[in-house]
Amino acid sequence: MSVNGDAASSGDVLLRVDNLVKHFPVQSSSLFRRSTDSVHAVDGVSLEVRRGETLGLVGETGCGKSTLARCIMRLYDVTSGRIEFEGRDITTLHGGAMREVRRDMQMIFQDPYGSLNPRRRVGSIIGDPFSIHGLGEGQDRKRRVQELMELVGLNPEHYNRFPAEFSGGQRQRIGVARALALRPKLIVCDEPVSALDVSIQAQIINLLDDLQDEFNLTYIFIAHDLSVVQHVSDRVAVMYLGQVGELGPVDGVYDHPRHPYTNALLSAVPVPDPDRSQDRQRIILVGDVPSPVAPPSGCRFHPRCPKAKQRCVTDVPELTPRLDDPPTHTAACHFPVADGENIADSTPEISADQRVVEGGLVGNV
Amino acid sequence: MSVGDPEIVVSAAAAGPGTVGAPSEEIAAAKIQGRSPWRLAFERLRSDRAAVICAIVILLIVLMAIFAPLFKMMTGHPPNQQYFDTGLTLDGQPKAPDGTFWLGSDDVGRDVLVRIAYGARVSLIVGVVATFLTVTIGTIVGLAAGYFGKMVDTILARIIDVMLSIPFLLFAISLASIFHAGLKVVIFVLAIFSWSSVARIVRGQVLSIREREYVEAARAIGSGSWRIMIIDILPNVIAPIIVYTTLLIPVSIVGEATLSFLGVGIQPPTADWGQMIADAQGNYHAWWFLVFPSLALLVTTLAFNIFGDGVRDAFDPRSDRMFN
Repeated sequence: MSVNGDAASSGDVLLRVDNLVKHFPVQSSSLFRRSTDSVHAVDGVSLEVRRGETLGLVGETGCGKSTLARCIMRLYDVTSGRIEFEGRDITTLHGGAMREVRRDMQMIFQDPYGSLNPRRRVGSIIGDPFSIHGLGEGQDRKRRVQELMELVGLNPEHYNRFPAEFSGGQRQRIGVARALALRPKLIVCDEPVSALDVSIQAQIINLLDDLQDEFNLTYIFIAHDLSVVQHVSDRVAVMYLGQVGELGPVDGVYDHPRHPYTNALLSAVPVPDPDRSQDRQRIILVGDVPSPVAPPSGCRFHPRCPKAKQRCVTDVPELTPRLDDPPTHTAACHFPVADGENIADSTPEISADQRVVEGGLVGNV
Repeated sequence: MSVGDPEIVVSAAAAGPGTVGAPSEEIAAAKIQGRSPWRLAFERLRSDRAAVICAIVILLIVLMAIFAPLFKMMTGHPPNQQYFDTGLTLDGQPKAPDGTFWLGSDDVGRDVLVRIAYGARVSLIVGVVATFLTVTIGTIVGLAAGYFGKMVDTILARIIDVMLSIPFLLFAISLASIFHAGLKVVIFVLAIFSWSSVARIVRGQVLSIREREYVEAARAIGSGSWRIMIIDILPNVIAPIIVYTTLLIPVSIVGEATLSFLGVGIQPPTADWGQMIADAQGNYHAWWFLVFPSLALLVTTLAFNIFGDGVRDAFDPRSDRMFN
């Protein structure tokens, strides 16, 4: 997929997200239903996706990547912010106008078992987009659906089968076929391979790769598996607690990670060579991700950061290039990690009681 | 991995989509017909002996209703024809079952057998039509309440609660008295008081199904609300609806019989089981007059109930992994 990298960096912007915020109100359990608490699922995310590229979106469970994907797909109404697709503001679009836009942006879901209606036949599921948008009737639709099935590697004879009669990988192919039906421009892949066996993952990724070349697709690829993201992406965004911590070309982010969180994530990626693996010093973050209902002040990562200093508690770091990085590689960190720096040896300069939110102690483990 | 699984072919799938597996595996896969959940349920039903017997009984009752004129021809007695000379004893009492009146006669000399056959028509028509109306209204309301949520749900749920708390008989009698009692009124009254229980069940199912990922996927491809409700959600709710329908039919039949028994249902002289039972009250010594209509009602209700149980067992979620 990095073949597209050169073309992608000069391509025009297909999707632009501007300071997107999505909060979910939390019902307090008391008699007084009124509550001011909300889950800050996405708290100010801005990014661009260029035509033809694959933008990888990584982060822990709960960092907001799936919520961000659904906001982009307009499955949720955003709390604030702006979404522009092909230059057109789709932030508050509904009904027929939004349906028009949906022809050009589609989604592949994580759960191959849950994302297909068990009571409907596969041909009907894949043909749904045609039926909704009024394209193709009867035999013509059937032909198109069978073409799609062949395209994704399914037997077109299985047109009348139910999802239960397929394996997980095949069901994910059905999901891909459905997303591809209207030849969209953008496909948001929400952890498309996370629920599959590793051997099947490779096949689905290869399929997505081939389809991207054939149909000039643009992908937003969400995953928590860093090695998968490295393989498929042109650019990567690392999310933490609803915000983007680091954003840049895949090589830049993986070889020169600036944000301590990115460093910690990368140090956790399993390395096949046992000798190298032994020599590696893992950066282990102690403590859990703070609750998104009350995110920490300043830099959200400061309760768990090995390099935290006083400034990190008070000032919110901007997402901007750091340490002589090119303008394409940005990080939101006051004290970014330089090349060769090993933060496993670092200790934070703020004490536990200076942190705004309890996050446990971090140190050299 | 199952036989004929294209996953087994490595990366050739990406290049040449049609080339899947070895030829023999393909033939084997094509021969294995997938069985839909409906087919599976149907086969389970078919193997339930009691349900099958009751299905046959129901069929016989239906045939009896359809071919009621046959009874008229065979006995030579139309259902509403009063035979004061041949139909009553010398004292003017109902005649016991004999050669001419196979199940005896009623208090005004009408043929009990023929009236039971014609009465089946009324009971079945009311049972089926009232149930159909009930289920249709209940499903639509339940779907809307469950899917749209928020204000729509709040209003509809309260309406459902109110309808559920209204005592059926009291209001049924009042309504039937206000409007000129007859077939249409009975059907209408029965439907009005039954739709809310269907709506409640449907609403509960829809509330949970609405959160499933395939509903989200449907919205992602641009499906409108009603389309999602009917094409995506309804097929997943239809099983409990079908079960409830088959159990609602005997309830409607008994409901109609009750109303007619009380005199606010089907009016004389139309043959009706509930009416006959009411009229039999003054003639207890004429046991056939009470027993046969009661038996007819009992057998019909029992057959539908047992068949309904069989349908519910056939759709039993515990043995059908599709529901999980």
